[in-house]
Amino acid sequence: MANPEPQSTPLPHAAKEVSGAVVRFVGDSGDGMQVTGSQFTVAAALAGNDLATFPDFPAEIRAPAGTTYGVSGFQINFASRDVFTPGDSPDVLVAMNPAALTTNIRDLKRGGLVIVNSGAFTATNLKKAGYEKNPLEDGSLDGFNVFAIDISKSTLAAVEHTGLSKKDAERCKNFWTLGLMFWIYDRDLASTIKWVEAKFGKRQELVDANVAALKAGHAYGETAEISHFHYKVPPAAVAPGTYRNIGGNTALAWGFVAAAQLAERPLVLGAYPITPASDVLHELSRFKHFGVTTIQAEDEIAAICLALGASYAGSIGLTTSSGPGIALKGEAIGLAVSTELPLVIVNIQRGGPSTGLPTKTEQADLFQAVYGRNGEAPVCVLAASTPGDCFYMAIEAVRLAVKYMTPVMLLTDGYLANGAEPWRIPDIADLPKIDVTFRTDPEGFHPYLRDETTLARNWAIPGTPELMHRIGGIEKSFKSGHISYDPENHELMCQTRAEKVARIADDIPELQIEVGEDSGKLLVLGWGSTYGAIREAVQRARERGLSVSHAHLKYINPFPKNLGEVLARFERVLIPEMNLGQLVKIIRSQYLVPAESYPKIQGQPFKIDEVEERIRLVMES
Amino acid sequence: MSNVVPAPKLTRKDFESDQDVRWCPGCGDYSILANVQRVMPELGVPREKLVFVSGIGCSSRFPYYMNTYGFHTIHGRAPAVAMGIKAANPDLTVWLVTGDGDGLSIGGNHLMHCLRRNVDLNILLFNNRIYGLTKGQYSPTSEFGKITKSSPTGSVDFPVDPSTFAIGCSASFVARSIDVDATHLTEMLRRTAAHKGASFLEIYQNCNVFNDGAFDAFREKVHRDDRTIRVQHGKPLLFGKDNTRGLRIDSRTLSLEAVTLGENGVTEQEILLHDETNPTLAYMLARMPFPDFPVALGVLYAVDKPTYDGTLTAQRDASLKKNGQGDLHALLHSGNTWQVS
Repeated sequence: MANPEPQSTPLPHAAKEVSGAVVRFVGDSGDGMQVTGSQFTVAAALAGNDLATFPDFPAEIRAPAGTTYGVSGFQINFASRDVFTPGDSPDVLVAMNPAALTTNIRDLKRGGLVIVNSGAFTATNLKKAGYEKNPLEDGSLDGFNVFAIDISKSTLAAVEHTGLSKKDAERCKNFWTLGLMFWIYDRDLASTIKWVEAKFGKRQELVDANVAALKAGHAYGETAEISHFHYKVPPAAVAPGTYRNIGGNTALAWGFVAAAQLAERPLVLGAYPITPASDVLHELSRFKHFGVTTIQAEDEIAAICLALGASYAGSIGLTTSSGPGIALKGEAIGLAVSTELPLVIVNIQRGGPSTGLPTKTEQADLFQAVYGRNGEAPVCVLAASTPGDCFYMAIEAVRLAVKYMTPVMLLTDGYLANGAEPWRIPDIADLPKIDVTFRTDPEGFHPYLRDETTLARNWAIPGTPELMHRIGGIEKSFKSGHISYDPENHELMCQTRAEKVARIADDIPELQIEVGEDSGKLLVLGWGSTYGAIREAVQRARERGLSVSHAHLKYINPFPKNLGEVLARFERVLIPEMNLGQLVKIIRSQYLVPAESYPKIQGQPFKIDEVEERIRLVMES
Repeated sequence: MSNVVPAPKLTRKDFESDQDVRWCPGCGDYSILANVQRVMPELGVPREKLVFVSGIGCSSRFPYYMNTYGFHTIHGRAPAVAMGIKAANPDLTVWLVTGDGDGLSIGGNHLMHCLRRNVDLNILLFNNRIYGLTKGQYSPTSEFGKITKSSPTGSVDFPVDPSTFAIGCSASFVARSIDVDATHLTEMLRRTAAHKGASFLEIYQNCNVFNDGAFDAFREKVHRDDRTIRVQHGKPLLFGKDNTRGLRIDSRTLSLEAVTLGENGVTEQEILLHDETNPTLAYMLARMPFPDFPVALGVLYAVDKPTYDGTLTAQRDASLKKNGQGDLHALLHSGNTWQVS
């Protein structure tokens, strides 16, 4: 074991104040790392830190124990300042077995703290992880502060009195580890004890064992050499209000519940299980008493078709999926364009093409969203930028869909879906009402009569007397709504549908500069989940004196009206995206600016350092 | 039917839209349309509560000709759209019009799931055993060896029988009729409308352009009595002029036999009684090999079971009763929260 040598040597037990830290918990799928991470997050939030988290699940449901592909991780970045990402490189790595260590050690900062469960470093586990020698003994971890603790054994000793079987007793080792981490970061155990009681309430022996393990891990901190590593992260200065931690998929689901309430219409979700979108289906299926109907359809096509049928009948139709599912929905999106019905399609993007990287994140479906249909089939395209923003963009998607009688594609991704951040809970009274008006007047009615401003057609739902009419995917006459094969009429209808979507630009906020001046040498323009990394990288670059600003697009079709102006005010434009350069091509073609691409397509989000480095390179070139 | 609202007396004319009907002259679809329009006024459902939904194909033009609400969707997907309509508003009476290609080829998956879920829909499948709108390729119900533009040396596909398929999908109502037999067809339309749940009516429909005469062997008036059997619940399975022929079961092989009363001592006592609630009998009747056996027409199978949309509504009501009207403020504040002042 490497000799632990803390960088400074304060008195043992006195917590040293630091501005923040990045901690990663990694272990076998069965080691309870997600629970450990979540509980550590709650404690950090309750202590008033700003934070961001990201879990990293293996693709396998139950991978064989001890294998590298069965490693499950959870990273948290918490600080006394604003936090925008889950952090680049961990300061602390907690590894519960050799596989977890070998797959994560390369990310740890030099000099970082490693806590390993030496009890899991058996010959078998070392072999499964591909180690020829025990890394705890061969010096390969020199340069890190390594604490090898037999957590398995310590846990068994701590919970012996509860009479649990050895197998059950050892399962408490994540709480032992959590207790130790709570000691290191000077956290209160109360919230986790409360959680354990609620979770295992019916089985008192499990409550006792997990609480005992938690307390034993905590007590270990005081007595061990590790006691030098004792920190305090003061609360962050954040806007007043009531906060909660929220993940992107939960925020998205709640946003749709809110939208349905604001519109005073029922919500019908059609969905087919797909990673990483299924959690939205799970979450919404709990809300029948909010007027939410969820239908697990037989396939992706049925999912969107039934959502469209629901819209036709006057509900808010919603379908949620990921890239491969969206590909299957293409024809039905076209039908929604042609029948001019409101419909919200959410693409929680993952690595592609084909099955690709189901559990990893990517932004490579932008072209699919903007262009991916037959015929001239424009849809409104939105992109959420943070987990909490998913809530507001869900509401915005519904507002635009019903106001403009158009499909709206909302893009998020695996990183937003599974990431979480503290979120100031909005006052419901501050949320915008969504006006839904159905046509009831038979006088002069035909289904394609349009509002002069928005060009939206009137929404006449079945059940309305005297408004019986037929719609479908065949071209309609602009004048009567009847089937029409007239050449000029087709051109007029294509132009009208395009113009209708273009007019949404009059109804959305202008593009703001997030960080930096309104003009200058370099604009870093992002969209979607890259918000945090770009924002922090630009901030750091500015602290080094570089003339760089950040703007972030949440509206991609149509773009904000002032986008062209904003682009023109900067000498250069850099567009980081988790794809091979898609937004950059759209920007170049629409605005004729030589925007530069910074693509990354590794299934992993941008690190702040990477973006900062690219800014530096661009500005030097 | 869910909507027994006293409506003003409507006539067949009230159900005709202002659109010109554009099927080929002589197409069986005309007869089906006329019979549907004839039956509609009897059903007592206000026109605004009727929705006709279709996919793509000749049959799927149907909604344009009905003066009701109508949605002409995309190929094969009409069952899914119709299901969404019923989920959003179970008060609507939804008719689904599809064909053998639309319903059993590109849309076979949706039809299967819509039937097994027992969505309260009235489904009319026009079976002409050919692709008409794309001008004459073999369909999933075309006979093996069918020579068409896309199978000049004969198709190598074995056909699926729509009614057998529906029974296999656990449909709660399966019936079969013929386009030109107005009396039988209107009776079947009434039964289809009256059944709560997914009602599946297969209609043999002649495509006089690309598959003319496909059903002549039993559709022609001269053959009808001998080559079809009109099954009726609780009645003996008799057919033929003067009802002298019948179906009995060979209990050793569990198979049907077509017999003649009086021949070899066969009496009416031995003739099977039709039982609409027996899925095994329904299956045997649906797939009797022609011409050794007559073609079974009528309600092959009908049972009551909970409807998909009815169960959705019941679950929603139960949730409302248990939780009260959803409170967004409480939802957003659920779980761990903290104050920053």
